Amino acid sequence: MLEIEIDGRKTEVADGSTVMDAAHQLGIFIPHFCYHKKLSIAANCRMCLVQVEKAPKPLPACATPVTNGMKVLTHSEAAVKAQKGVMEFLLINHPLDCPICDQGGECQLQDLSVGYGQSASRYQEEKRVVVNKNLGPLISTDMTRCIHCTRCVRFTQEIAGWMELGQAFRGEHAEIMPFIEKTVDSELSGNVIDLCPVGALTSKPFRFAARTWELSRRKSVSPHDGLGANLIVQVKHDRVLRVLPLENEDVNECWLSDKDRYSYEALNSDARLTKPMLKQCGEWREVDWQTALEFIGTDLKRVVREHGAAAVGALASPHATLEELHLLQKFVRAAGSENIDCRLRQTDFSLDGKNVTPWLGLPVAEIPQLDRVLVVGSFLRKDHPLLAQRLRQAAKKFTRVSLLHVADDDQLIALHAKSIVAPSALAAELSGIVKAAAEAKGVAVDAALAGVQPSAAAKTIAASLISGEKGAVFLGNFAQQHAQASTLHGLAQKLAEITGARFGYLGEAANSVGGYLAKAVPGASGLNAARMLAEPRKAYFVLHAEPEFDCANPSQALAALKGADLVVALTPFKTRAHDYAHVILPIAPFTETSGTFINTEGRVQSFNAVVKPLGETRPGWKVLRVLGNLLGLAGFDYDSSEAVRAEALGGKPASVAERLNNKADGMVLNLTAAAPTLQRIADVPIHFADALARRAPSLQKTRDAAPPAARMNAATLAKLGLADGVQVKVSLGGTAILAAQLDAGVADGCVRIAAGHALTAELGPMQGEMTVERA
Amino acid sequence: MGALGFILDPAEGERSWRLAEYVKRGGYTALKKIFSEAIPPENIVAELKKSSLRGRGGAGFPTGLKWSFMPRQFPGAKYVVCNSDEGEPGTFKDRDILRWNPHMVIEGMIIAGYAMGCARGYNYIHGEIWEIYKRFEEALEEARAANLLGNNILGSDFSFELQAHHGYGAYICGEETALLESIEGKKGQPRFKPPFPASFGLYGKPTTINNTETFASVPYIINQGGDKFLELGKPNNGGTKLFSVSGHVNRPGNFEVPMGTPFKDLLDLAGGVRNGRKLKAVIPGGSSAPVLPADLIMECTLDYDSIAKAGSMLGSGAVIVMDETTCMVKALERLSYFYFEESCGQCTPCREGTGWLYRVVHRIEHGEGRPEDLDLLNSVTDNIMGRTICALGDAASMPVKSFVKHFGAEFEYHIRNKKCLVPEDVQRAGSGFFKVADPHPQPLSQGERGAS
Amino acid sequence: MLSQDAYQKIDREIAKYPADQKQSAVMAALAIAQMEQGWLSTETIEEVARTLGMAPVAVYEVASFYNMYDLAPVGKYKITVCTNLPCALSGGVHAADYLKQKLGIGFNETTADGRFTLKEGECMGACGDAPVMLVNNVRMCSFMQPEQIDRLIGECK
Ligand SMILES: Cc1cc2nc3c(=O)[nH]c(=O)nc-3n(C[C@H](O)[C@H](O)[C@H](O)COP(=O)(O)O)c2cc1C
Ligand code: SF4
Ligand code: FES
Repeated sequence: MLEIEIDGRKTEVADGSTVMDAAHQLGIFIPHFCYHKKLSIAANCRMCLVQVEKAPKPLPACATPVTNGMKVLTHSEAAVKAQKGVMEFLLINHPLDCPICDQGGECQLQDLSVGYGQSASRYQEEKRVVVNKNLGPLISTDMTRCIHCTRCVRFTQEIAGWMELGQAFRGEHAEIMPFIEKTVDSELSGNVIDLCPVGALTSKPFRFAARTWELSRRKSVSPHDGLGANLIVQVKHDRVLRVLPLENEDVNECWLSDKDRYSYEALNSDARLTKPMLKQCGEWREVDWQTALEFIGTDLKRVVREHGAAAVGALASPHATLEELHLLQKFVRAAGSENIDCRLRQTDFSLDGKNVTPWLGLPVAEIPQLDRVLVVGSFLRKDHPLLAQRLRQAAKKFTRVSLLHVADDDQLIALHAKSIVAPSALAAELSGIVKAAAEAKGVAVDAALAGVQPSAAAKTIAASLISGEKGAVFLGNFAQQHAQASTLHGLAQKLAEITGARFGYLGEAANSVGGYLAKAVPGASGLNAARMLAEPRKAYFVLHAEPEFDCANPSQALAALKGADLVVALTPFKTRAHDYAHVILPIAPFTETSGTFINTEGRVQSFNAVVKPLGETRPGWKVLRVLGNLLGLAGFDYDSSEAVRAEALGGKPASVAERLNNKADGMVLNLTAAAPTLQRIADVPIHFADALARRAPSLQKTRDAAPPAARMNAATLAKLGLADGVQVKVSLGGTAILAAQLDAGVADGCVRIAAGHALTAELGPMQGEMTVERA
Repeated sequence: MGALGFILDPAEGERSWRLAEYVKRGGYTALKKIFSEAIPPENIVAELKKSSLRGRGGAGFPTGLKWSFMPRQFPGAKYVVCNSDEGEPGTFKDRDILRWNPHMVIEGMIIAGYAMGCARGYNYIHGEIWEIYKRFEEALEEARAANLLGNNILGSDFSFELQAHHGYGAYICGEETALLESIEGKKGQPRFKPPFPASFGLYGKPTTINNTETFASVPYIINQGGDKFLELGKPNNGGTKLFSVSGHVNRPGNFEVPMGTPFKDLLDLAGGVRNGRKLKAVIPGGSSAPVLPADLIMECTLDYDSIAKAGSMLGSGAVIVMDETTCMVKALERLSYFYFEESCGQCTPCREGTGWLYRVVHRIEHGEGRPEDLDLLNSVTDNIMGRTICALGDAASMPVKSFVKHFGAEFEYHIRNKKCLVPEDVQRAGSGFFKVADPHPQPLSQGERGAS
Repeated sequence: MLSQDAYQKIDREIAKYPADQKQSAVMAALAIAQMEQGWLSTETIEEVARTLGMAPVAVYEVASFYNMYDLAPVGKYKITVCTNLPCALSGGVHAADYLKQKLGIGFNETTADGRFTLKEGECMGACGDAPVMLVNNVRMCSFMQPEQIDRLIGECK
C-alpha cells in the first residue's frame, strides 16, 4: 500500500495505482477526457494535469503512478493554470455549436469549459473542419467536434476486440475514421457514443429527436439475451427516445450491446398492435377488450368440453416476464392442462424430470477469475455479446478460453484452442475431450465412451482444463437446441466433474431461467413445446412468441397453429398471427409494464413501466389476470405485479439460488448420431432473435441483419456443383430460395442457414438432413 | 571532415565502410578484447560511467547511467535499440557515421547487448536515407558472415542478433518511445513515461535506446579506457563530438572535434561565414534548441555546460548558421511549420498549439501581425511547454520563445511595417543558389525507379 | 495482388522480428508494396493487412502517418525537395521554385504527362548538402543547383 495526500486529504492506495485512482477513492474530481476506467491509459488529452510536490511540471493524474508519500494538488494555481491552458487548446478548433449538438446538456467539454474555459477566444485563425464519416446506421458523426481523446479507437481495439476505428494522419490533420468507406460493424458499436466526451459520435436513430434535458430517465432491464443488461430508458411524452446503459459492474459493467441499445425503435414503430383483434367469419375486426376476452373464455370452454383439457397448449417466449410466464402457466394448469413451455427452440427434452434448472453455474462477475473456460456450441459473440466481451478481457490476462462449436466465426477472443465440427459430430468431439481428460486424470469413464478416440484438439482442450485451478464448461444456445442436448449436458457435466470445473449454461434469453422458476415448462403429464406442435392441439395460447421464427421447426409450428380451433396470440406487435390466430391481444412490451427477468446467473431483476401502454395495449400480466377471473378460475386476484412475482418465487427471491441446478443424475449418453450427407446448421442471428429486435429499423440495417444465405465451404459448394452467389433452393421440411455463400468456417457437408428470418420461416427443423439444389 | 576525432576521421574513402577496412583500422578489437579478457558486463558499464559519455541524440543523458538502469536479472527478452532516425533539422551526422563507419556502430551495439544482457537489437534508420539503410543491411550481412553477429559470437557464449528497421518520413520517430512504437508496427506516437523503456520498452520488454554516435563511441572507450575518452573532452563532457554545420558557411559538413572546442574554431573549420558576411545568429544544437545571437555564441565553447549557460542546448550538435541576410521571422516561420507538420497529433497542447504558433508567425511574416501577437506567442508556448507527452512540445516552443526574445525588434518591425527588415533579394543572395557547384547525382539503378 | 518477389521480401522483413510480432514488418511491407505499385491503394493496404494479420485501419493509420507513403497516385518520378530552415538557408526553397517553374507544377501536383510529382519535404538529415532532393523515396540528390536539377530532369525519362 502507498500513502498519498491529495488536496490535503490522505489515503492509502494499492501499489500500481495512479493519482486518478487515488482521487476517485477520495471522491475528488479531476477533470479529464481521454481517461476511462475500462480503457487503456492514453494520457493524451492532458486535461487531468495536476500539481505534484517536487515535480518540475504538472503531471497527468490518469497516468502518473502514485509513489509513497506523494502530495498532489488538483486545484492549486499551477494545476488550474495548466488545466485552463489545455481547455483553451481544446476549444480553439472546436466548432462550439452546442445549440445544435445532440450532446448538448451531457457534454463533458461543455461542462468543463464552464469551469475552465475563457469567455472570449484568443484564437482568431480559421478553425479546422473535418469531414464526417459514414459509420453505418447506428452512429452519427460530426467529426469537427472531435477532441482526439481516442476513446472510441481504444474501445474498438480493446473492448470490442477488432480495431474498426483508427486515428489516421497526424498532428492537426489527425482524423478519427474507419478504414476507407467501412462502417463500424461491431455488435457493441453503440458504446462509442457513450464514450465520446463530446458530440462527435452520437446516436443516429436519436439524432435531433430531443434535447437531452427534456428527457426523463427511468431504469429498466434489457429483454434480450440472458445477461439482462441494466438500462436507463429515456422518455419524452410517453415515447421511448433513447436507451443508455445503467452501470452495473456485476452485470453489464458500463456497456450495452447494440441490440440492448437500439431495439427500442420497435416500440414506436408501425409494427405495434394497438387494439385487440378478433377473427370472425374469416374477417379480422378490431374489438374491445371485453369482447375479445369473452370470446376467448367461451371458446376455450368449448374446446375443453369437446376435446378435453389436454387439447390446450401454451407456447411462451423466454423473453416474456416472470409475471406473465407465471400467470400463463397458472392459467393453463387451472384450465386442466400441463401443456406449457417456453423452450421453443429446444428439441431434446430428455433432461425433463431430472430437476434441472439450467443456469450459468456461477455469478457473471466471477467470469474474470476463471482460469480455464470451454464453451460448447455457441455463436458466442452474437448470442452473448457482453459475456463474450468478459471472456475477451479475461483471455488477455490469464484465462485460457477454448471453443467447441460448429462454425468458425471469429469470436475476437484470443482462443487457446478450438475445434470446429459438424453438428452431428459435436457430441462425439465433446466425448473425446471427456475421454482425454479422464485418461489424463486416471478416472474411469462411462461405458458409452469406451470406443472414443480423442482428436488432437480434444486433447489440447482437455489438458488445458485439467491444468487450471478454476475452470468452467459452458453450454451455449446451439448446444441447448441440439438434437443431442441432453447428451451434451451429460458429457459437459462429466467433464466438469473430472476437471474440477464449474458447469453452466449461457442462458439464451432474458428470462430463460425465469421460465423454469415460473414453471412455464410442462409437468410430468404435459407436452413440451416440440410435442405440442408435433401432436397438434386444438387450442393454443401464444405469448410474445412468433412460432415461425422462434420455434425449432417453424413450418411444423405454423401447420399446427393453422389447424387449431382456437389460437390466442398475446403480442405487442402485428405478427403473422393474422394467418393462424383467432384472437390477437396487444400486450405491453417491457417498457410498458412492470415485470421481472431472471438472468442467466439467477439474478432477479424487476422493473417498472417507463411509459404508458400504447393505444389499447395492456400489460400481459393484467390480461392474464382478467382472463383467469373471467373463466372463474381461483387465485387470480392480484393487486399488483409484485404480488404475482411473490407468488411465482414462492415469496422469496432469495431462494432462487437454491432452485438453480445444472446437475442431472442418471444421464444416458446417446453418442450415436445420424450423420446426414448434407446437414443444416442454424444460427439465430443477433437481430433476428426476438420480436423486438426484428422490428427495430436501424438494427435491421446493420451487417448483422444481412438476409440469410446458404453458407457452405468450398468443398461442399464444389460437391454440389454450386458457386458463391448463385441462387439455390434449400429443402428441409419446407423450402427456401437463398443465395449460396462461400464460408470457409463451415464444416464439410454442412450448410449454414440462419433461422429467425422471413426468408427461412418456411423451412422445417433447424437441424437435420437437407437438400440444396440450384434454383 | 575534421582531423581530430576517431569516428569519422579515419574513415575516409568510399570503401571505408567495409568490414575489412574497419578491421584494418582496428575495428572489432574492443569486442575481441571483451571476450578474450572475459570482461564482466558490470565493468563495461563502469567504464562508460568513467568516460562521461553523454547521449549524442540530444538530451545528453549519461550513457553509463542509462545502461545501469537495465534490470540485470530480468529473465525474458531485452533489447538494445539504436536511434538513427536523425530528423532534427540541422543534424546530419548519423548519416555520415553510417555511411563511412557502420561497423563501429554495430560493434558498439554488440558491446551494449553484451553489457546489458540483450540478445536482440534494432537500428532504426531514417527513411529518407534509403541508400544508407541498404548499406547498413549489407554491413550487417558482413558481420553475420564473420560471426560477429548471430550465435556464439566469435566462439564466446554470447549471442546477439541485430536488424535494421527503416522509418518512412516522421520526425517524431526520433523520440525514443515513438521509435519503439514504430518498430512495433504502429504510428510513431510517443508513450507517456513512466514507465521508461528500461522497464517497459520494445514489445513491453526492458530496452535501452541510444543514438548512433553514442554507440559509435563505445568501442573507443573499451579499447582506450574511459579515462582516455574523458580526457579527449572536458570534465562531465567526455570525448569528441560530431558537429553538423549547415546554413550560411562556406564549407558545410560534419566536424568531429573535442568537447569544449571554442565555437569560433568550429566556424573556421567550416570555412567561416559564407562570403565573409556578418554572423547574425546560430542555433547550436538542432532546430529545437534556442537560437543565440552572434555575440553570445561567439563566446561559447562546444560542450553541454557552456551552451546551457548561454541559454541554449548542445542538443544533437547541429549548428545552424545564419548571417545578416537572414529574415528571422521567415526563419522561425519555417521552423514552426516543421513542428506543426511533425506533431504526432496525440496530445492536445502540441496538436493544437503547434498550429496556432505557426499560424501566428505566418501571419506576422505575411504582414498581418498584430501588436499583441508577441505576447500571444509567449503565452501559447507557456501553455505547451512541460504539458505534453513528449519533448516535441518543448522543441516547438523553444525556437519561438528564443527568436522572440533575441530578435523581438525584427518581429515588431514586421508587425509595424508589414514587411521584412531584410529585403527579398538580399535573402536570395544569401542562400547561394545559382552559385555553388558540386558533385552531380548518381544515375538511378534499376529497380529503384518505382512504378515504370 | 503483389508480386511473388514482393511477398518474399515481406517475409524476409517479418523474419527480422520475434515470431509473434509480425506487425513490426508493416512499414517495410508498405514500402515494398509502394515501390512495386507506385502508391498505396485501398486494396494494397488491405492486402498488407491480410498478410500481416492486422486490422486494415491499423495499417491505414501507419500509411497515413508517415510522409513517404503515397495514398494517391504520383508521377513516375516523385521529387521531394527539402525546404526546411537549414536547407532554405542554402537555397532549398529557391531550388524548389526553380523546379516548379521548370515543370510547371506546384507542390503536391503531377505533370500532365504523369512523369513528375513534386513534394515539399522536411529535414532529410542531409542539411550540409543543401539543396537536397529525394527521388522516389530512395535516391538522395545533393547540392542541387540549377545545372544539377536540369541534369536530373533530363535523366528521368
Ligand atoms: C521530438 C524528438 C526528436 C528526437 N529525435 C532524435 C533523433 O533524431 N535522433 C536521436 O538520436 N535522438 C532523438 N531524440 C532523443 C531521443 O528521444 C533519445 O533521447 C535519444 O535517442 C537517446 O539516445 P542518447 O542517450 O544516446 O542520446 C529526439 C527526441 C525528441 C523529443
Ligand atoms: S508532444 Fe506532440 S509529438 Fe509529442 S506526443 Fe504530444 S502530440 Fe505527439
Ligand atoms: S485524462 Fe489524463 S491525459 Fe486525458
